[in-house]
Amino acid sequence: MREPVIIFDNVSKSYPLYHHITVGIKNFLLHLPKAVSQIKNSSFEALKDISFEIYKSETLGIIGKNGVGKSTMLGLIAGVLKPSEGKVLVKGRTSPLLELGAGFHPELTGRENIMLNGVLMGLTRAEVLKKMDEIIKFSELGDFIGQPVRVFSSGMLARLGFSVVAHLDPEILLIDEILAVGDMHFQKKCLDKMMGFKKKGVTMVFVSHSMEDVERICDRVMWVEDHSIKMIGEPETVVSNYSKLYL
Amino acid sequence: MNVKIQHYFDLITVLTQKEIKVRYKSSIFGYLWSIGHPLAFAFVFFIAFKVVMKIQMEDYALFLIAGLFPWQWFVNSVNASPMIFLGNASIIKKVNFPRNIVPFTTVLQDMIHFILSIPVIVLFMFIYHKSLSLSWFYGIPLLLGIQFFMTYGISLIVSSINLFFRDIERLTAIFITLLFYFTPVIYPETMIPEKYKPLIDLNPLASLMISWRNLFLTGQLEPTSLMVSLAYSTFAFILGYLVYRKLSWKFAEVL
Repeated sequence: MREPVIIFDNVSKSYPLYHHITVGIKNFLLHLPKAVSQIKNSSFEALKDISFEIYKSETLGIIGKNGVGKSTMLGLIAGVLKPSEGKVLVKGRTSPLLELGAGFHPELTGRENIMLNGVLMGLTRAEVLKKMDEIIKFSELGDFIGQPVRVFSSGMLARLGFSVVAHLDPEILLIDEILAVGDMHFQKKCLDKMMGFKKKGVTMVFVSHSMEDVERICDRVMWVEDHSIKMIGEPETVVSNYSKLYL
Repeated sequence: MNVKIQHYFDLITVLTQKEIKVRYKSSIFGYLWSIGHPLAFAFVFFIAFKVVMKIQMEDYALFLIAGLFPWQWFVNSVNASPMIFLGNASIIKKVNFPRNIVPFTTVLQDMIHFILSIPVIVLFMFIYHKSLSLSWFYGIPLLLGIQFFMTYGISLIVSSINLFFRDIERLTAIFITLLFYFTPVIYPETMIPEKYKPLIDLNPLASLMISWRNLFLTGQLEPTSLMVSLAYSTFAFILGYLVYRKLSWKFAEVL
């Protein structure tokens, strides 16, 4: 029997619409009763009653239009969001692959940023130091590694970011439509690395708009539509159904 | 468990190092800036109150410096607070790390700068032929601790609430300016008119700043002021932590 490492049990997630942030504290206090009821009542439902399981060593692809709740799912898995209803269970350390340059400080050098990012993602300093050379080698940034990252091109930032995450020994890797940057050579390298993770038994959740990558990497694919699961199953079936609708 | 504590410790170290490095990168005078600011203030107040208004006090310059340096630490940390979480939005939205570490390191970093500026106070003491006191060895760490937790508590409150009400940033700036003139930093508490004196303990910063100055100038720590500031510090820390705990799981939603 396969062991589930991520369980969504009737999960709903709604965000209150934070009107008061835009109107400021003065208006909030002037219209206090109204403002409070507004916070309580007006909300945006990002996920509606979702249940699924992701098994150990599995690669699950998530596809769907913008704004249907894919990133909310990743947020719930990473533990930065709490479900409004239902339960999310995650067994293992999650490593999110951050969007371009997030978690980097522009004034620090590549090397210093590797340390910063590694520690933020849950490693100790000694662990990061041990992997430093390997990370730098993988990133192929050469002498740039000693430069502040503000001089990096976006492709170089993506390389650095992926290189750090790739060497974190992730248990559960979360990838949010990120591999589109970087040149073809590096993209291939990333895909190879991900294939390597698959072989090693790392669980991966892969949000992407590239049907080609999804079909190549994933064991199962989930199609999210209108804040709930439209279809989940074999990559070929789901992708072809999805493509039929939108192409 | 041990690994977890080690990781906390490493997070604090790396983030503090980052803050300090960032502060001094591409600045020529580096460390001088952190003492330049309070010194410039001291100079302005000296001109205004000693030269122009002729306040009847000996060693007024030294008096100013002994109060302005610890005050500057408090102000720097609190003024930076509204942007602490806001400025780290991209990580907070994605990575689940203990976020209270970020204000912690901000306050720690400002504390380190304050400690580094103590030699300047010593220098002025020599200029004014004052002698240092042995009580500094336990007095300074004690007051550092009290001020650290007070500032950290306030910083947690300001940084957390500012995510929900963005105008906290402006309110903080105004409030801090008011607080400065209500705190006996540029005047001695003895000059406060008799009928307002009982009000002084309503100001959380007053006892602490008086304690700092007395410790530097006379080497004495007055137990009552110490207890009052310790009480405020504990209260601010607990309140800050409660506010943070109540709000922190919503951070990723509002950012």
